[in-house]
Amino acid sequence: MRIRPVGEHALLLDCTAPALPPAPVPAAALGEATLVEAWRAELWRRREQGDLDAVEIVPAASTLLLDGLRDPAATAALLARWAPTVAATASTATASTATASTATDRPSGDQPGGDRPDGDPSGGAEVVVPVEFDGPDLAVVAEQWSVDVPTVLRRLTGTRFRVAFCGFAPGFPYLTGLPAELALPRLSTPRPRVPAGSVALAGPYAGIYPSASPGGWLLVGRTDLTLFDVHDDPPARLSPGTSVRLAAA
Amino acid sequence: MTHITEIEVLRAGALTTVQDLGRPGWAHLGVPRSGALDPTALRLANRLVGNPEEAAGLEITLTGCAVRLTRATTVAIIGAEVAVRAGERPGDTGRPLSLPAGTVLTIGPARRGVRSWLAVAGGIDVPAVLGSRATDTLSGLGPAPLRDGDRLPVGVPLGEPAPVDVTVGPAPAPELHLTVRLGPRDDWFTPAAVDRLLGTAYTVSPVSNRVGARLAGAPLPRAVAGELPSEGIVLGAVQVPPDGQPLIFLADHPTTGGYPVIGVVTDVTPLAQARPGTTVRFHGPQR
Repeated sequence: MRIRPVGEHALLLDCTAPALPPAPVPAAALGEATLVEAWRAELWRRREQGDLDAVEIVPAASTLLLDGLRDPAATAALLARWAPTVAATASTATASTATASTATDRPSGDQPGGDRPDGDPSGGAEVVVPVEFDGPDLAVVAEQWSVDVPTVLRRLTGTRFRVAFCGFAPGFPYLTGLPAELALPRLSTPRPRVPAGSVALAGPYAGIYPSASPGGWLLVGRTDLTLFDVHDDPPARLSPGTSVRLAAA
Repeated sequence: MTHITEIEVLRAGALTTVQDLGRPGWAHLGVPRSGALDPTALRLANRLVGNPEEAAGLEITLTGCAVRLTRATTVAIIGAEVAVRAGERPGDTGRPLSLPAGTVLTIGPARRGVRSWLAVAGGIDVPAVLGSRATDTLSGLGPAPLRDGDRLPVGVPLGEPAPVDVTVGPAPAPELHLTVRLGPRDDWFTPAAVDRLLGTAYTVSPVSNRVGARLAGAPLPRAVAGELPSEGIVLGAVQVPPDGQPLIFLADHPTTGGYPVIGVVTDVTPLAQARPGTTVRFHGPQR
């Protein structure tokens, strides 16, 4: 773990090997994803307790950004003393708590003392996403994985995914859980319009487009589940830490 | 609910959007902060009309706009050097203007600078989305950019504003000097790249918008090949895509991105007034 300076009010917590440039995705991504998730849970818990004043805690592939800090140097000193409980996070990925699904992503930087349950490193209950597996790129995925299409579907429905981070568009989840060796290339030419609800694969990730947009991921199916609605509380169905299972609709 | 006062948009101009101080706290869901490109200017305009500083106003770009207020009201305009007309009479920027009911208010086009902020007593009262009324041009949250014929609700004025002495800052400079702190990924670039960033002039490219100010100039060579895994982005981040031409992220920046950030600009508000061709020079922080 290494702390990198980011301007005057932010820090980047780099979970790759210290003092080395991060390895490109996907080789080291999955081990780092576990560490990032452990730190995310720890930092959200610390903020909830009032130990951390970050307005934004943004997990990503191998880093966490802490933004809106009053005193980054003081926070960096705190971070050096804190440690996440990695083993607990990895194992509790299977221990869902049924009550937590709607309470995990309130931005407590604005609302200290929100109702996020303390110390729930799994980030909430498992969300089952019903998927119609009829995507135009299923055959490409099967070819890349050197298997047949039914095997692709079994792998996707049999994987316990977790939202590693969100980005690209509000509510777009980057789902980890597939083995690193199954990482897939993006389309060489992105589609100008990917329909909302498209379930897709790229790199070591699965993702679900919350709204229609251009996109270069390989499309394997679609869901009717609403992933992001500003009138919902919380607005995102899938937030960092949420466990996800894809089920054949 | 029927609002007593409305704004009728007679001419929306190139890009006029509703802006407030944005929606911080949702970056972990991929929601940009957004908000006025120069929040200080919007806060001041709000104070001039007796609004809370966080009230929503209009951000008006380059070609200006024309609106009509259905009831007598007070407005204030801060930002670019623009011609203002209230009906047939010239108006000033930087002070409250009392408009009789039905006055056509014409703002711009900008003679210097790019953007102006219009505050209306009571604030623009469109529904808040995730705690903000801001238009986010990247993710599409908040109200759409204004179009001719739109009508926007205005809230109830709070009362008389406090007197203000001096409101108008210096005119937009022909050359911007931005303080940049290196990191988090300056180690992905050669030492020569850092020297170029801090030692040569860049110009603002025409493909700049609320997401970012694209710059043209000496390309910044990388020391590390390969792809950077996606990571969190802050306002003012100087991101360098493979062509080596830096881009400074502004209010509608994405929350995560995959190109290395060589440094972070301390104050991006001068970029709100930077026309294409404006010279930008980077400096290290004062010690």
